[in-house]
Amino acid sequence: MSFANHVIIFLVAVPLAVAPVISLLRVRHLPWLMACITSLFVFVLSIQLTQSVLHSGDVTYALGSWPAPYGIELRAGALTAMMTVIVSGVSTMALWFGRYGIYVEVGEQRAHYFYAAWMLVLAGLLGIAVTGDAFNVFVFMEISSLATYVLIAGGPDRRALTAVLKYLIMGTIGATFYLIGVGLVYMMTGTLNFADMEIRLADVENLRPVLVAAGFITVGLALKAAIFPLHVWMPNAYTYAPSAVAVFLSACSTKIALFILLKFDFFVFQKNLAGHDVQFSWFLMPLAAIAIIFGSAVAINENNIKRLLGYSSVAQLGYILMGASFVTYLGLSGGILHIFNHALIKATLFMAVACVFYRVRSAELKDFAGIAQKMPWTMAAFVLAGVALIGVPFTAGFTSKWLLIKAALEAGVVGYLLLAVVLIGSLMALVYVWKVVELAYFKPATADLSRVSEAPLMMRIPLWIMVLMTLYFGIDPSYPVRLANAAAVSLLGHLS
Amino acid sequence: MTEMSEFAELFGLFNYWVFIVLLLIGLYTIIAKSNYIKRLIGLNVFQSAVFLLYISMDKVEGGTAPIILDAGADQIFSNPLPQVLILTAIVVGIATTALGLAIVVRIREQFGSIEEQDILEMETP
Repeated sequence: MSFANHVIIFLVAVPLAVAPVISLLRVRHLPWLMACITSLFVFVLSIQLTQSVLHSGDVTYALGSWPAPYGIELRAGALTAMMTVIVSGVSTMALWFGRYGIYVEVGEQRAHYFYAAWMLVLAGLLGIAVTGDAFNVFVFMEISSLATYVLIAGGPDRRALTAVLKYLIMGTIGATFYLIGVGLVYMMTGTLNFADMEIRLADVENLRPVLVAAGFITVGLALKAAIFPLHVWMPNAYTYAPSAVAVFLSACSTKIALFILLKFDFFVFQKNLAGHDVQFSWFLMPLAAIAIIFGSAVAINENNIKRLLGYSSVAQLGYILMGASFVTYLGLSGGILHIFNHALIKATLFMAVACVFYRVRSAELKDFAGIAQKMPWTMAAFVLAGVALIGVPFTAGFTSKWLLIKAALEAGVVGYLLLAVVLIGSLMALVYVWKVVELAYFKPATADLSRVSEAPLMMRIPLWIMVLMTLYFGIDPSYPVRLANAAAVSLLGHLS
Repeated sequence: MTEMSEFAELFGLFNYWVFIVLLLIGLYTIIAKSNYIKRLIGLNVFQSAVFLLYISMDKVEGGTAPIILDAGADQIFSNPLPQVLILTAIVVGIATTALGLAIVVRIREQFGSIEEQDILEMETP
């Protein structure tokens, strides 16, 4: 066994092992540096994993050399590979970006614990992505969630504490529902391995417990993924979290829950429950449509920019879910591509807002008046990422929305309705992005901005790398599109 | 006779009824109470209910503890796996409760109250 064979386990093991080491380091910049290097290392590994998945199909790894149905199996397909790239990539950029902000917001004497918790979140999220074992998903989900609560509670505002308690209660209810669902499936099949579950479910005679399990798992993960109307924990948690944490979590944590939802519904249930694809579709499609309209409408009326972006995430998750609820090749690849694009765009937007927050100490909309003259680089980045969020051609947001529109046109009469929803949602995104842009560029400053200057260079560089990637993947989306197409093929392959 | 067997069937599912009742008690406490400590205890009851589900389903009728007794003798064992799984879930439950209580302590320090009504009033100026 060479190193290359072990890539997939190192994705989880390295951050997990580094976390306690970081918590012991008390030297000023060392915890940050170590977290950055670990995150970058994991990112390189996940790129390598993606390459081997694209070239030679699924990668499997038997943990401790125990064969698959008995031991825990790690498995990476195209969708998994994409999730690992998103999680580790955004984590690296957010760590690089967040160095100054975290010293200010969290405090130097607590920074090493903070970075240790960050590594645990990273390990947990990557673990959820790569594991092929349903119970393991629960364990990694709780590792990442518990560490996430710690990260958010580190925020400077005391309202972070109440927001995090709400998140803790909601998140635990979601995870427990998932656990009940897994228990019921285990009761009927006697296995926890996803692939094995699918095969053994075919022999189960009484499917009612499995149907109940599907309900519990869908609702539990919908809570974790902040799918409308189970999103109430999310906007406040992102608003009061330290800025770098908001960058990381907005791009990763809810999408990982969506990913598990897709994995369970498509790999395990679709084939075995009669008409499950229709139920899945009819249950989630209206929720997705309402999420898009409702999330955008609340975002338009919101006066705190971080919360505005949080509600915009509710809407954008609606697009991803809508793509999945078509249960067609185009819809799925559009939805999965939107996971990638939205992670990129929302991370960029939160970074730009964090730059302003670092200088102005406020994310209230009125404090953004006239800020563009003082911080031209930051606001230009905000505008470009905002344009991508709306879905203008030659930005990343366009490609996925284009696929979604094509999928909607395929879907008949309902499709025209959803097409209208996608277009109205995009127009509403234009409104709330413009609200910020208008204030920043065309209104005179209300507060005294004489002491405000451009964000530090080390914050602007990662911000602009993200902006350029948003533009690059809008002009040449072939890499994420290949992954999304492969993922859609493998998800649908289980349906027939 | 049929009534008896129906009753037996229902009573045979006794564990599962207790699971459901505990689950709902926990969920009700989380939703209805405004005191944060009471909510966390409700969350704890809610999680504990699931432990009962897992432990109920591993029981094999007439089965003993999964320990090797006599060499060669046929023996029916209860399934040990759900117990191992739920041990992990119990640890997760403890960690969640501990973290939740720690956050409530911080909330008490910062707001001087653990009643949601008071805190909501403080948060909205």
